[in-house]
Amino acid sequence: MGEPMKIRATLTGDTTEVKVLMNHEMETGQRKDAQGQTIPAWFIQTIGVTWNGKSVLSAQWGPAVAKNPFLSFRFKGGAKGDKIIVRWVDSRGDQRTDEAVIA
Amino acid sequence: MKPSTLLAALAGIVVASLVWAQASTTDEIAKYRAALQDGNPAELWEARGEDLWKQKRGPKQASLERCDLGRGAGVVKGAYAELPRYFAGADRVMDLETRLVWCMVQLQGFNEAEAKKTPFGSGSDRKSDLEALTAYVTSESRGVKMNVALTHPKELEAYRVGEKLFYYRGGTHDFACATCHGEDGKRIRLQDLPNLMTAEGAQKAYTSWPAYRVSQGELRTFEWRLYDCFRQQRFPELIFGSDGAIALTMYLARNANGGVYDAPAIKR
Repeated sequence: MGEPMKIRATLTGDTTEVKVLMNHEMETGQRKDAQGQTIPAWFIQTIGVTWNGKSVLSAQWGPAVAKNPFLSFRFKGGAKGDKIIVRWVDSRGDQRTDEAVIA
Repeated sequence: MKPSTLLAALAGIVVASLVWAQASTTDEIAKYRAALQDGNPAELWEARGEDLWKQKRGPKQASLERCDLGRGAGVVKGAYAELPRYFAGADRVMDLETRLVWCMVQLQGFNEAEAKKTPFGSGSDRKSDLEALTAYVTSESRGVKMNVALTHPKELEAYRVGEKLFYYRGGTHDFACATCHGEDGKRIRLQDLPNLMTAEGAQKAYTSWPAYRVSQGELRTFEWRLYDCFRQQRFPELIFGSDGAIALTMYLARNANGGVYDAPAIKR
């Protein structure tokens, strides 16, 4: 299981801004280690965000996304106290789910 | 126009455009840093460090919450802005990293070699607990003014030794810290180097470590900064937690007095 994410969700007017910091190596599969062996690709492949159970973002990522990625987006709606759940699955099938409440 | 005047004018244009290119590179790097400010991955280290601080670990199954960083047992807030300092129990001047190792040994019962086995992490297989703990403790001094004292004779001694080290020329390149950090406007590749001989330069530099290095994907502490400067100078390896490392930290931290601490930061 991956390491915890840091999620912040804030409501301004009628829009909720969600900011997520993820803990992941995001190996491209292009790098070599000290012995000259290729380090196998290992990256977050799918990511989904729900607001009170309703999907507000779903994305497919590739190896071009940076290590320890930062994701920020806005959606219309949301109220203080609503639950935001972020879930990612990586190319090894490992996954992580974290949640936060809108502030 | 005489050819020589033309040449001078052309040279003037070339120089002007070089200056412009340099200034705009610096501006672009500053913009890049500003863009990264939101969502600094250093927060991931801070969170892991806070967990490690509160967890019961080691043979004694104790947390670090009783660790005295200089402001009393368990006081983390503002502690980093007053370090390094003299600790009577250890009869030694210590920087934060050395003090953390001390607490891990005294409170948690780790042996010292084990506690400082991984001062600098790399990737997910070799994570450094010390880097994470340092990130957490330093984050609790954000916004606090640097206030390093030189009241104890050993603190003064460390400062003097650190000053000597700063100006000491050696190695294959006959370098001293002061060679690169003793003048305004020096650069290494495209990075502006702080002039650590001015209060402003020292404050700006010292208060921005630890930092998440985007190019390495790692959070780096001040001990790492010194370690890597020594490597770049082709000096012998700076030993983690050694008197030399602490003395140099003491010299630079004290010179940063009055600066507002603002880290963990993010750097290229």
